[in-house]
Parts: sequence; structure tokens; C-alpha cells
Amino acid sequence: MRDFRGEALSWNAKDGAIELVLDRAPCNEIGSATLAELENFTVALETLQRDCHALIISSPRSEGFCAGADLRELYHRSQALPSAERVAGVRDFVERIHRVGNAIDAAPLTTIAAVHGVTFGGGFELALLCDLIVADKMTRFCFPELRLGLIPSFGGIPRLKRDVGNGIVRDLLLTGRSINATKAQAIGLVSQVTGEGDALRVARATAAQVTKFDRDTAIAAKKFIKPIPYAELEQEVDVFCELFTRPTVEAGLRKFVESTDALPYLP
Amino acid sequence: MPTLQNTTEEVLRLASEHFKIPVEKLNPHDDFFKTLGINSLQALDLLTRIEQHFRIELPDYELKGVSDFRTLAERIQSRL
Repeated sequence: MRDFRGEALSWNAKDGAIELVLDRAPCNEIGSATLAELENFTVALETLQRDCHALIISSPRSEGFCAGADLRELYHRSQALPSAERVAGVRDFVERIHRVGNAIDAAPLTTIAAVHGVTFGGGFELALLCDLIVADKMTRFCFPELRLGLIPSFGGIPRLKRDVGNGIVRDLLLTGRSINATKAQAIGLVSQVTGEGDALRVARATAAQVTKFDRDTAIAAKKFIKPIPYAELEQEVDVFCELFTRPTVEAGLRKFVESTDALPYLP
Repeated sequence: MPTLQNTTEEVLRLASEHFKIPVEKLNPHDDFFKTLGINSLQALDLLTRIEQHFRIELPDYELKGVSDFRTLAERIQSRL
């Protein structure tokens, strides 16, 4: 399927570049609807990647690229299950998102995340799947999961460690602080910082550049320079599921769900 | 190094520009969440503007409990 428009996202392929656009109010929170469409995307990707060179992931939402997992859905779904089944339910969700993430991470394309505004938690992890991150100057990156008694679970820890190093993982994870695009570029996370509203344009220009290179060479180069940390990714799922059983998490999620603020876990 | 007074004035100017509110309507001791009518998401945008303008890093946890411009300016001052 070269073109698709769903509830939470859409994609199309044109001139050698695939554009995956997240567009679900309020800020692309990733729940079951988004996951199902991302799974459909990875199936379509197997065909699309045969004649494309690049993939761009972006969002037109004014609030930002993606605020992470849909914690409200996570809380309500968990509450609807007997406590013995909750971990199995969350593990299934996380393992499915890992399969999506691994497919995008390893895709034989040059992948670019064009981000702006809130790029938090699972949204940050989605950007980390990509080979390059192009960030609007108003972007903020954050792993707020420890505030809820959890760790990131969409593959963010091993991928941030792979791309930037363990020091920055410790800083962002253990403090829960957010950093801006300039800082993210200084530590090597972001490849280009753009003016406000320009990230997608710059990502498209970058995609046009990479389509000039021999595809097989680009694939060989990517395979060589971007190993997938499978063992650590599996460990991350285990640690997350172990933490999820604790009462602290239920209390943290309830507090989040009952809050009316746009970002209840900040500052 | 700018004085606390200078920094406060700059913060008021940045908030005025970003949220399109006349600077005369902003007071250093105002609760900026109330005066600007903003939520934590919009406050984060203001933090990004501040970090860019003053070329500093201001971890958001240092702003916990800070809701007036003057105290915000003090936090900035400590990073200059």
C-alpha cells in the first residue's frame, strides 16, 4: 500500500521517500490504535522499501512530535483486567511496539525524524529509531518515565546508549529533566537544528540528498554503522514489566489520569 | 553580568513576545501561570525561549514551585 490514511497516522511514498505522518490529538499519544497502524506500516514498509531510499517521520500537531505512550489508555486498560493479567497485557503491547521499532530501526532506508515541540517518552523513543534527527529549535526531549515509577519501554534506553552514550542516558533518565534542541545537538543526538516550523522542510531536503547515493552502498553502510542492540532491548522489556507490577506505578498512573494539566508530570 | 533587575526585565519581554501580551501588563511578582493563562506545556515553551536567549541550561526540576517572574529570573541569574 503506497498511500494510507488511518485514525492515528498516514503514509505515502513519492520520489523515493516515504513520509509517515503521526496525527492524533492531542499530541500523538501512542495507544492501541496507533500501534495497530504502525504494525500495518511495517508490513507495507517491506514493499515500499524496495524502491525508496528514505523515510521521514513527522507530525503536524502544534503541541509537538509525540508525547509518548497513551498513559490514560494504559491505566484504564490495566484497571479493566484482573491484576494477575495486567503484566501479560502490558508485555504484549510493549513486545509489539518493539517489533515495530526493530523493523524501522533496521529498515534498509535512511530514516529521518523531523521533530518539534514535545518529544517525550515514547515519542523520543520513536525519534531514536531513526538514523537522523532533524529538530525544530523549540523541540524538547525528555524521558519522564521515572516520575511514574517506570523506565522507558519502547527501546529508548539501549538506543540512546548506542547513539550517544550511557552518560546522557543516566542524566536524562535519572533526573527526568527535559533538554532543548541545542543541547541535544551538542551531545550528538540531533543532527540538524532548524528554525521554527522548518524541521520537515529540512528533513525533505536531507531525504532528497540521500536519494542521490547508490542504494546498496547506503544499505551496507547502515548495516555496518547501526547495530540493533537486541539483547538490551529484551532486557528493557523485562525490567519494565517487573516494575509495572508495583503499586507505585498504579498510583503514578492514577495521578496522571486524574490531572487536567497538559503535561502532568512536569516539572 | 546583568543585574537581577535586567534579567527580570528580559524575562518579562520574552514572555510578552512569546505569548503576545503587552509587557506593561506583566509584573515581576505576577504568577505567570495565571497572568499568561498558560499550562505546563506552554511554560515549557517559555523555558526553551529563556534557555536560547540567555544561552543557559535550566533543568525543569529547578523550576518546581516557581510561578513568578522574579523568582524565575533569580534561577536564571544563578546560571549566568
